[in-house]
Amino acid sequence: MAIRSEFSTPQSLKRRLRNFKESLIGLSLFLCALSSVLITFGVIYTLISEALPFFKDVSLKNFILDREWTPLFENPQYGILTLMSGTFLTTAIALTIAIPLGTVAAVFLSEYCSHRAREIFKPLLELLAAVPTVVYGYFALLFITPLLQKIIPSLESFNALSAGLVMGIMIIPYISSLSEDAMRAVPLHLREGSLAMGASKLQTSFNVIVPAAFSGIASAYVLGISRALGETMVVAIAAGLQPRLSLNPLESTQTLTAYIVQVSMGDLPQGSIGYRTIYVAGLVLLILTLTFNLIGQNIRARMENKYK
Amino acid sequence: MVKKAEVVNLNFSYTDKRILNGVSLPIYENRITALIGPSGCGKTTLLRCFNRMHDLYGAIQYDGKINLFPDELNILSDEIDPIEVRMKIGMVFQKPNPFPKSIYENIAYGLRVRGVKKKSFIDEKIEDSLKKASLWNEVSDRLNSSATSLSGGQQQRLCIARALATEPDILLLDEPTSALDPISTAHIEELVTELKKSVTIVMVTHNLHQAARTADYTSFMYLGEMIEFGESSQIFTNPKEQKTENYITGRFG
Amino acid sequence: MSSTSSRQINLKTQIEKLKRQDMFFWFVGLITLAFALLTLLSLIADMAMTGWPRISQSFFFSFPSRFPDKAGIYSAWVGSFCVVLVTSLMAIPLGIASGVYLEEYAKKNIWTKLIELNILNLAGIPSITYGLMALGFFVYRMHLGQSILTAGMTLGLLVLPIIIVTTREAIRTIPSHIREASYSLGATKWQTIHNHILPYSSGGIMTGVVIALSRAIGETAPLITVGALTFIAFLPSSPMDPYTVLPIQMFNWVSRPQEEFHINAAAAGLVLLTMTLFLNGTAIYIRYLFRKKYKW
Repeated sequence: MAIRSEFSTPQSLKRRLRNFKESLIGLSLFLCALSSVLITFGVIYTLISEALPFFKDVSLKNFILDREWTPLFENPQYGILTLMSGTFLTTAIALTIAIPLGTVAAVFLSEYCSHRAREIFKPLLELLAAVPTVVYGYFALLFITPLLQKIIPSLESFNALSAGLVMGIMIIPYISSLSEDAMRAVPLHLREGSLAMGASKLQTSFNVIVPAAFSGIASAYVLGISRALGETMVVAIAAGLQPRLSLNPLESTQTLTAYIVQVSMGDLPQGSIGYRTIYVAGLVLLILTLTFNLIGQNIRARMENKYK
Repeated sequence: MVKKAEVVNLNFSYTDKRILNGVSLPIYENRITALIGPSGCGKTTLLRCFNRMHDLYGAIQYDGKINLFPDELNILSDEIDPIEVRMKIGMVFQKPNPFPKSIYENIAYGLRVRGVKKKSFIDEKIEDSLKKASLWNEVSDRLNSSATSLSGGQQQRLCIARALATEPDILLLDEPTSALDPISTAHIEELVTELKKSVTIVMVTHNLHQAARTADYTSFMYLGEMIEFGESSQIFTNPKEQKTENYITGRFG
Repeated sequence: MSSTSSRQINLKTQIEKLKRQDMFFWFVGLITLAFALLTLLSLIADMAMTGWPRISQSFFFSFPSRFPDKAGIYSAWVGSFCVVLVTSLMAIPLGIASGVYLEEYAKKNIWTKLIELNILNLAGIPSITYGLMALGFFVYRMHLGQSILTAGMTLGLLVLPIIIVTTREAIRTIPSHIREASYSLGATKWQTIHNHILPYSSGGIMTGVVIALSRAIGETAPLITVGALTFIAFLPSSPMDPYTVLPIQMFNWVSRPQEEFHINAAAAGLVLLTMTLFLNGTAIYIRYLFRKKYKW
């Protein structure tokens, strides 16, 4: 048997067949990859096209300035700020928990833990992000809230506080993992430079590593924010369904996402005002999160350039 | 002396940066030709032109020829499929790079790519090429164990066997011993000298002693140009060019 | 520190102070980790203690009911299974193909940049917006109805970025000299991918797939908008049938005022939690296995 082959001309059938097969595979893979772009445009197009007719009925002025959100009432009001205040309130509570704890966990894992301990703790911590959000909702409503009510008797049984707290714990791993990656990407010589001058681990961590990894850490925060803004089930279950233009964490409130859930649970004919409003809420949410995502990516890209 | 190949006035650019400049040299059949020169002189780039490895990365331009004899066919021509070039010209890399598969599958792979299916033929080829690479005695009883469990020197000989199994016209060696310990290096050098009976070898090396010991011909390259080509004995004892002399006497590089 | 004390003593106290601070932070870090992990533990324990009494064979094989002690998760877990099956069929091939394209084929140009930016953003979009998109597009425009097919595809879109990103990361760990070895033997691009790149990255890819499926099983919000029903007292017989899934069933029970239903919710949550923790554990194990298998 001969394994020696002769050179073929570009016109030869064998070679054309092979090239055809190779480019066909390449093309199909490209189309698969392109599908993700189509999905994005699908999301944006659907949201915009279903939301826009809403503004035929409601003026932008009312949308921004109304102080209540009661689209399904007889005297409907469409103040989006009402829902946004709920979203911002729960997000703020979540970040108050997640940013300090996530950062400390990241510094601890990156600078204080042995390789072995990190290999154990990091996946464990990441399990926090694996728990289904509906389970967190249950936990917030039926475990955390009763617990908090013992300390704060005036706490309503649906409230922004426990939803926000639980959400905060949920996003700790988002913040700690990305921040830790950023800190570990700081070149070893910076760390050694500081330690060689007699600095302690703590000084090195916060005076050298954290500033050097700052853009990575900041982008982790930003992604954490966008995660909290979009979180749905925890707030839908535990924060209540009462749209309120207020920043009182002890009362019930309603976020953009919880509103979408509430309306979706009912009958929802296409084109009805209820149908339009969930797209409007969704669009506002999408704009908010996309803005934060883009900021986060921008910060991250800058970091990557820094250490190239 | 029969020419197996010749490089004729070869210019090579990558992303519009000229890396090889008017390189010409003959490659003689069943001889070892060493390419030497300081880092960045283009010797590895030249070697990788022989099997069109550069084509994998795009943004490249060949200008000039590498003719393969007896047909005097220019393997750099657009008409030629790089895959067919690689089917005729084998390569062994700097770092041993066996596939994380069994020893058997590593060597069979080149044959499978060529459409060989007959098991008895593959078995025969594997034994044959492992013997040529003087690895048979060490691994004949564990052909199904993972190639990555071998030592570095064994892995490199496996890579040589892998290339030999496909009966290449020319075998390219890119600093084949730079990642190995002295004993494995000696082993490989011995092997290479033995191999030239059956295959033409072009070898890039950083180690001047290695070139002097093993190569029949040596070409010295500097800044992308071929400075001098000749029999190794002449290059190392009586170089014609000042730059060659400076290099082999250790004045730079 | 008085100016009269010698420099050496100063240094000594300073070092001691630094050491104390270091110890202190070490404690803070440990407490932080402990706090996070204890929260997870108490969540699991609470779920287990409340829900365990309800776990029985009949719980798994009963349909939902008005009577809490008769209600079960039969239609829910079967529905979850069917939906995730559709999700897998869609997202796994599409995700792996996209990942392979981006790593092995894509040239550095504007299209690639666009696709990459896109995947990053897709991964960051709240899950409920996928649900809104699916409602407008799958349900109303393509007339797929509030079906298993719609739900599976919605979750498929949602987890697609996870699979793409992990596929890319897995491929990226394969050193280029392995590719070159294959090409140097005369292999074509597809042969190289099929015989080497995919097998060697399969561990990482599988990890990503398992994580994606675990995410899909636990996802609730987007399925609410595409109309997962909560009262389904039959098993689906085709992909176009209405359905419910485990998290939706749990959500329904949590939202009821009667406490007996909360016990059902905890039991459903326990099942859900067990499944997702099991899948995540599997993912970690696969990653560990393959990391041992392929050391570059």
